[in-house]
Amino acid sequence: MTQLDHRFIQQLRDILPDNAVLHEEEDLRPYECDGLSAYRQLPGAVALPETVAQVQAIMRLCHQQKIPVVARGAGTGLSGGALPLEHGLLLSLAKFNQILDINALARSARVQPGVRNLAISEAAKPHGLFYAPDPSSQIACTIGGNVAENSGGVHCLKYGLTVHNVCRVEMVDVEGNIITLGSAALDSPGYDFLALINGSEGMLGIITEITVKLLPLPQQTQVLMAAFDDVIKAGKAVAEIISSGIIPAGLEMMDQLSIEAAEDFVHAGYPKDAKAILLCELDGTETDVATATDEVNSILQSAGACDIRIAHDIEEQQLLWKGRKAAFPAVGRLSPDYYCMDGTIPRSKLPDVLHRIHELSEEYGLRVANVFHAGDGNLHPLILYDANIAGELERTEEFGGKILEACVAMGGSITGEHGVGMEKINQMCVQFNSLELQQFHAIKHAFDPEQLLNPGKAVPTLHRCAEFGAMHVHNGKLKFPELPRF
Amino acid sequence: MNNNIEKQLQQQIQNAYASNTALRIVGGNSKAFYGLPVAGDRIDVSSHQGIINYQPSELVMTARAGTPLTDIETALAEHNQMLAFEPPHYSASATLGGCIASGLAGPARAYTGSARDFVLGMTIINGQGELLHFGGEVMKNVAGYDLSRLLTGSLGTLGLILEVSLKILPRPRYETTVVIDCNQHDAIQLMNQWAGKPLPISGSCFYQDKLFIRLAGYQQSVLSSVSTLKAKIIDADNLWHELKEQQHAYFNNSLPLWRLSLPSTADTIDLAGDSLIEWGGAQRWCFSNEPADKIFALASQAGGHATLFKSSDKTDQVFQPLQPQLMKYHQRVKTAMDAKRILNPGRMYKDL
Ligand SMILES: Cc1cc2nc3c(=O)[nH]c(=O)nc-3n(C[C@H](O)[C@H](O)[C@H](O)COP(=O)(O)OP(=O)(O)OC[C@H]3O[C@@H](n4cnc5c(N)ncnc54)[C@H](O)[C@@H]3O)c2cc1C
Repeated sequence: MTQLDHRFIQQLRDILPDNAVLHEEEDLRPYECDGLSAYRQLPGAVALPETVAQVQAIMRLCHQQKIPVVARGAGTGLSGGALPLEHGLLLSLAKFNQILDINALARSARVQPGVRNLAISEAAKPHGLFYAPDPSSQIACTIGGNVAENSGGVHCLKYGLTVHNVCRVEMVDVEGNIITLGSAALDSPGYDFLALINGSEGMLGIITEITVKLLPLPQQTQVLMAAFDDVIKAGKAVAEIISSGIIPAGLEMMDQLSIEAAEDFVHAGYPKDAKAILLCELDGTETDVATATDEVNSILQSAGACDIRIAHDIEEQQLLWKGRKAAFPAVGRLSPDYYCMDGTIPRSKLPDVLHRIHELSEEYGLRVANVFHAGDGNLHPLILYDANIAGELERTEEFGGKILEACVAMGGSITGEHGVGMEKINQMCVQFNSLELQQFHAIKHAFDPEQLLNPGKAVPTLHRCAEFGAMHVHNGKLKFPELPRF
Repeated sequence: MNNNIEKQLQQQIQNAYASNTALRIVGGNSKAFYGLPVAGDRIDVSSHQGIINYQPSELVMTARAGTPLTDIETALAEHNQMLAFEPPHYSASATLGGCIASGLAGPARAYTGSARDFVLGMTIINGQGELLHFGGEVMKNVAGYDLSRLLTGSLGTLGLILEVSLKILPRPRYETTVVIDCNQHDAIQLMNQWAGKPLPISGSCFYQDKLFIRLAGYQQSVLSSVSTLKAKIIDADNLWHELKEQQHAYFNNSLPLWRLSLPSTADTIDLAGDSLIEWGGAQRWCFSNEPADKIFALASQAGGHATLFKSSDKTDQVFQPLQPQLMKYHQRVKTAMDAKRILNPGRMYKDL
């Protein structure tokens, strides 16, 4: 039975059709976690509205009764952002799945938040256009979730993150009012709330409509794969490509363990004895691509690549990418469970951070496969573990936390694209001091004074940070074991 | 020059906070005309100078807010790099802080992005005198709310900017400008159609029945685009600079200068006055004596907004009025960052 009382469920039913209100345990089960399945919690109830007016009515009701609301897109988030609350309502935007308008001349698409990322590019393709940010989860994740996380993807090196590709957002605020941020023009008067809503993890409002920018499909693409006998050499090659003045459409790196896993899984033709490979995609006009391919090829050679492959056709390009795109599930085959981290560093710190990860891996006795968006310094170390071994998840989380702390120490960030959610809330205390965290709380307060929108996520309380600090002082021995630890 | 006055600046804001004194933040004073006039004690950021970190291969630069914009651009040019949003200077005294606080951008805006698109991180002092750091020097960072981008273009009303980290881009290897004779309606159509094609366009301007297009990239594809566009190359080295700095002959006019930011496809606007179009149709300048209310209404009907950019009389509203609900959130965010409303009060809106 649900944690929200009958009266509230009945009031939801006055707003929504019966089948759009879920409150029996078996119906709630699919919503108990997002992509980070280590954290689970059944919601009090689930609402599945399909009109903005229904979202407004739900927000008014929840506001009046002080019921917290967690928005959910496709639930592919990797930081527990859409993790439900026991006494809260889970608001699914899954039924908002319409592409409302594609304006080819203005190069924009107006879509509902539950539209899948890839569906936008598919709909734009007949017009010779595409939506650039392409998270690996793009067949499943929603554009609403992308905005809430400011998601990235392989092509963000050249085309920017979600925040660079969204022009207008309509949201329902905590009191049920519709607020429009941004516009169909290139800027709008007042503060840049559009920048604020991108990456706000459902904490400031419920996103109900989004206008995204579409770009012309490049005339031509080319993919090069270079193998290295040393990770440091591969890192240097990345820096040299970037400083040569070329901005590749994508520049990805994989280390030996991920190469082996991917090769065994999809047979992309990666050399399994390589210590690292780089995948470099170039796009543009035919002549641009030809010139850049030559330049990158010679940079890779002088950087000491032991093997360079230039795809002969589109099929070979796709095959080279396939290994990278399947890297997560491929690594998943090596171990019962894996934990995906998401730190960022200045590119020049790549050798240092790899060294640190290696040290930690030995210390914890857990293997790590490294996959990077190398061009923009975003690391995805995948820690291999077995959740059935008592304490191994906890050790993995501690290990992951230390990788993130190393990223911060090297001038980077605890998260490049997956968000803080529930998962990295303790590491927020490492990246920000208490004044900065208080400033975040003040911004949250400006939009949601009663803490009803996704409360407890993304920004830790100062109390929590004090506890986290204490954890360190006491060598991992928890002082307050009764406090929830994530 | 390398000079750190962050302690003095923080002290001055803390004192102002304690004594409830309004402050008027000044960098190079090159954009003093922009926004509404502010009454308050002057707080001068211009001697807070120096490039703190610049690594060409990282495509990142961090500098203090008082650093002259010319110093920044000179340092970048030495490595064949640039601020890709082409910020206007308006005067040799322009500083990085003013550039980011005003959030203005030049001809490349529609093609490479705005000032905030290139902001990666910021160190600021808020209205309570607290020194805070947000974002960083990495390309991707989603930890915490994106306050450094929020502060970009906030005209100093949310915090005093001490340091900014920016994403840098390589300069295009080759550039050329072409011209097409056409009327305004056709120019708007062409600019939009071409922006949807994989052409290396980096600037556009329509004025007096001439459409100017800047192409930038590899030489070969720039030249082949010239023939695709069936346009003729002209010598326009200075055109884009003059547009950016408003030194173009068009800007030689004493009437109030309005900036209309519209959907790029909006058709010709029925507004009396000499006009010039940039940004692929999205930025339209007009010297007009029409009443402000009428211009605000026209802009919003067209799906955009208007700004009284330059005028001898700026006592009233210069930015498009906001919807009441949106204004409410502006006021709350202002309070969150500047509880006593002491930082540039009224520079953007009277109530902020
Ligand atoms: C295999 C795999 C690969 C991935 N690869 C990438 C990648 O390459 N790059 C990347 O950036 N991410 C990646 N992710 C993470 C994830 O896909 C993204 O974070 C995505 O944007 C989440 O979208 P979603 O619709 O699933 O959102 P959810 O997980 O449902 O929600 C995410 C957050 O957004 C909030 N939210 C959702 N919808 C709304 C709304 N309408 N209004 C307000 N708040 C809302 C939620 O409350 C939550 O905080 C990957 C995930 C998986 C499982």
